[in-house]
Amino acid sequence: MTGATERLQAMLDRIPYARFLGLKAELAGDEMTLILPFGMHIVGNPVLPAIHGGVLGAFMEMTALAQLSVKEGQERQPRIIDVSIEYLRSGRSLTTYARADIKKVGRRIANVHVEAWQEQRAQPIAALRAHFLIGPAED
Amino acid sequence: MGLKTAVMSDPTETMRNMAQGMNQGSPHARELGFDVVSMEEGVAIMKAPYLDIMVGDPDTGVIAGGVVTTLLDHCCGSAVHLAMKRFAIIATLDLRIDYMRPAKPRMPIFARAECYKVTRSVAFVRAVAYDESPDDPVAAAQAAFMLDSTKVKGLFGGAA
Repeated sequence: MTGATERLQAMLDRIPYARFLGLKAELAGDEMTLILPFGMHIVGNPVLPAIHGGVLGAFMEMTALAQLSVKEGQERQPRIIDVSIEYLRSGRSLTTYARADIKKVGRRIANVHVEAWQEQRAQPIAALRAHFLIGPAED
Repeated sequence: MGLKTAVMSDPTETMRNMAQGMNQGSPHARELGFDVVSMEEGVAIMKAPYLDIMVGDPDTGVIAGGVVTTLLDHCCGSAVHLAMKRFAIIATLDLRIDYMRPAKPRMPIFARAECYKVTRSVAFVRAVAYDESPDDPVAAAQAAFMLDSTKVKGLFGGAA
């Protein structure tokens, strides 16, 4: 399992934007949690302070992509088609976690739901639904 | 009603300063080099330079979808500030984005957001992100923002 976590982390570390956000992955079987450590560089409103809404969206998109690569392998490079993001609570100066739930993987389309939370899993701060175009499965 | 707003010399100018301040005051927007191209009533145009930290696909150099998401969210928020008669804290309620095509690598990306309706509690915005022309967008967005009704004291400058 640690091998799989390391492979996933290596994949994230190859992506400059994931490195900039400081994303870390944890894997328990096929269940992945992506971790967004807090830092001033992700703050949108310094007065509150609150994590930039765009960063939360980007973080959840990355979670969906990473979970797809765990489930489908890295050969089927997914391309994002659309996202719908719901903001439920402000992102405070705390570590944020996200988990993705792959609702369907078809021949060409994957549908993924993601939730992000901080202190309590039952009180998500944001949610995302996304469609991805995925390459054909290799035989 | 008219008397209250008349106290400010130019409400549009004031809102423009607010929006500009919100942009410069946002650490993440600064990290990504977001810049204001133009601001008018209810409409904001912003630019993000191509930076190595934005890359989502190291093989092609295409920036991450999340960067486009952030630029659109940020630009939509500015458009809301530019559409309001007074300053209010705003919070994104939802943001829907269609990604039409990858952004061209090593080129700046722009966003144009238009706040087309403000009610007492909610503002509605649509936006496009593009590299060369708004007619050939990279992504299109639709967003709703909650407007905070509470009076904000000392948000800019501390003492109030």
